[in-house]
Amino acid sequence: MAAIRKNNRVKYRFNTPAGKVFDVVNIVLLVGIGTLAILPFLYVFAGSLATELEITTRPFFLWPREITTAAYESILTSSVFVRAFVTTVVVTLVGTMIQLALTALMAYPLAKVDLPGRRTIMALVVFTMVFSAGMIPTFLIVKELGLLDSYWALILPMAINPFSLIIIKNFFQELPKELEESARIDGANELRILSSVVLPLSKPVLATFALFYAVGIWNDYMSPLLYLNDQNKWTLQMILRQVTASASLSPDDLNTEVPPPAQGIKFAVVMVATIPVLLAYPFLQKHFAKGMLIGSVKG
Amino acid sequence: MTATVETVVTPPPREPRGPSRPSRRNLVQDIVRFRWLFFLMLPGIAYFLIFRFWPMYGAQIAFRNYVPFLGIEGSEWVGWEHFADFFSNPDFPRLLANTLIIAGLTLFIAFPATIVMALLLNELRLNILKRTVQTLVYIPHFLSWTVVVSLTGLLFAVGNGPLWTFLNDLLGTQTNFMADPAWFRPLILLQEIWKNTGWGTIIFLAALAGVDQEQYEAAIIDGAGRWQRVRFITIPSIMSTIIVLLILQTGQILNTGFEQIYLMSNALNRSVADVFDTYVYFTGIQQGAYSYSTAVGLAKAIVGLILIFGTNWIAKRFNQAGIF
Repeated sequence: MAAIRKNNRVKYRFNTPAGKVFDVVNIVLLVGIGTLAILPFLYVFAGSLATELEITTRPFFLWPREITTAAYESILTSSVFVRAFVTTVVVTLVGTMIQLALTALMAYPLAKVDLPGRRTIMALVVFTMVFSAGMIPTFLIVKELGLLDSYWALILPMAINPFSLIIIKNFFQELPKELEESARIDGANELRILSSVVLPLSKPVLATFALFYAVGIWNDYMSPLLYLNDQNKWTLQMILRQVTASASLSPDDLNTEVPPPAQGIKFAVVMVATIPVLLAYPFLQKHFAKGMLIGSVKG
Repeated sequence: MTATVETVVTPPPREPRGPSRPSRRNLVQDIVRFRWLFFLMLPGIAYFLIFRFWPMYGAQIAFRNYVPFLGIEGSEWVGWEHFADFFSNPDFPRLLANTLIIAGLTLFIAFPATIVMALLLNELRLNILKRTVQTLVYIPHFLSWTVVVSLTGLLFAVGNGPLWTFLNDLLGTQTNFMADPAWFRPLILLQEIWKNTGWGTIIFLAALAGVDQEQYEAAIIDGAGRWQRVRFITIPSIMSTIIVLLILQTGQILNTGFEQIYLMSNALNRSVADVFDTYVYFTGIQQGAYSYSTAVGLAKAIVGLILIFGTNWIAKRFNQAGIF
C-alpha cells in the first residue's frame, strides 16, 4: 500500500484496457468540446478581417485570403458607434466602482457576528434572491425616481448583487480576527479597520467581483432596452443588436430605413463588443474559481 | 474620540434576558455601540429598500387599476380581476407551454450535460490539458446574450452562414433556421449549452476535488473498475451539490431568461417564442398595461417561490440536504 501511494498514483495502477480506451476517447471529446467553445468566435474574428466577397462566397474559414481592416475603419469612423463605445466604457467603469463600493460597505458590517439585526438583514437579502416584484414595478420605480433616459438607470437598480454580497461577506468573516483586534487596540475605528486592514487583505476577491460587475454592466441589454428611450444614449449592446439584427425579420427592424449593413461590419461590431471582456478574462480567470467558491460552499 | 468609544463599549451589566425581547434600552445601546457599522451599511440598506422592496410594495398595482396620474394608492382596487383575465386569456396555455418546454429542456438536458462534462473533466489526468479545456469552455459565459445571438445569426445567415450551408446540405433543405419555429427551441438549447455548460462545471469540479481519495484507493483494492468508482463513489459524493443546484434551478424554472428569448424571437417564430417574461415586457412596457402585466409577473414569481420551497421539501423528505 505504502509503496503504491509513494508517487500518489494509486488510482491509475489498476487500469484495464477498456479504461485506456476511455482515456483516449475522453481526451479527444474534451479537446473537441474546448475547440467548439471558441470556434464560432474565431470564425467571426476571421470574418471581421475578410473582404465582403470572401464572406459571401466562402462558407467557412478561420484565415481570410485577403486581410482588410475596412470593416473596423467604417465602424470606428461612425460617430454613433464611437459615442456608444465611449459611453459604455464610462458607464461600466463608474458603475463598477459604485456597485463594488456599496457591496463591500454592506458586507463588512454583516460579517460581524455580534451585529444586532444581522440575521434579519441577511434573511431579507436572501429573500430578494428567491422573490422579486418583477419587471414592471421595478420599471415604475425607476421612472418615478426620474431615472428614465439616465445612465444611472443602468447602474443603480443593480447596485448590489445579493450573491456577491454574501460571498464577500463570508470572505470578510474568514479573515483572522486578531488583525482587526490589534488594529482596534491601536485606536483604529471601524472605517479605518475596513480601509487599512480588511480591504487590502481582500484584494483578490474584490478584484473578482469588480470584474463580474464590470462584465455585467458591459453585457447588459435589458436595462438599456427598458430605461433608455433616447437612441442617442444607446449602449454598445443596443447598437450591436441593431446592426446584426437588421437583416433578419423582426418587426422592429422592418420600419428602420437604414439599409442592412455589410456583413463584414456585423462581424467587426461583434468583435468590438467582445474584445474588452476577453481582455479582462485572464485577470478574471486567475481568481474566479477561488473567489466563487469561498463562502458559496460553506453558505 | 477613543475615550467616548471606550465608555460606550464597556456595557453595564445586563439584566438577565427573560423569554421577552431585549428591552428598548438595549436596542438604543446596540445602535450607539455599532453606530459606525450601521453607518457603513446605510447606502446598501437604502439600495435594498428602494430597488428591491419598494417594487414589492408597488406590486400591489396587480390588484388595482393603476393610473400613473393617480399614483399607486389613488388607483382603485379591482381584486383578482387581472389574474382572472390572464388565466382566461387564450394566450395563457401557449405561454405556459412555451415557458415550461424551454425550462424543461434546460433542466433535463443542459443541467445533466453540465454534470457529465464535470465528470469527464474530472477523469482527465493531464493537468495542463484539463486547465486548457476549462479555460476555453468558461469563455462563452462572459459573452453577452446580444453577442451570442449575433454569433448565431452570423453562423446561420441565409446564403452564407457556415452552419446554414452545412446543415442545409446535410438535410437537403433551404431552411432559414433563425426564422423557422421548428428550429427555435433547438437553437435556444444549443445557445444555453454553449454559453453556460462549461461555467456550470466549476461548482461540480470543486465538489469533486473534495472527495476523499482514500475511498478510491479502498475501492481499487476491492477490485472496483473505473465505471464502478464513478457510480458508487464519485456520483454519491457530489449528490448534495447536485440537489442544491437542482432546487435553485427549479426555482428559476419560469425565468426563461428574458434577454435570450427576446433577442431570438421575431415575427415568424412568435408562436413558440412567447414566454411569460417577454409577454410581461410586451404588454407592460410596450402597451402600457401596467396592472395586468404586473399581475402576470407576480403570478410567475409566486409559482417560482412555491417551486423552490416545494423541491426543497421533497429533497428533505428523501433525506437529502436542502437549502433551507
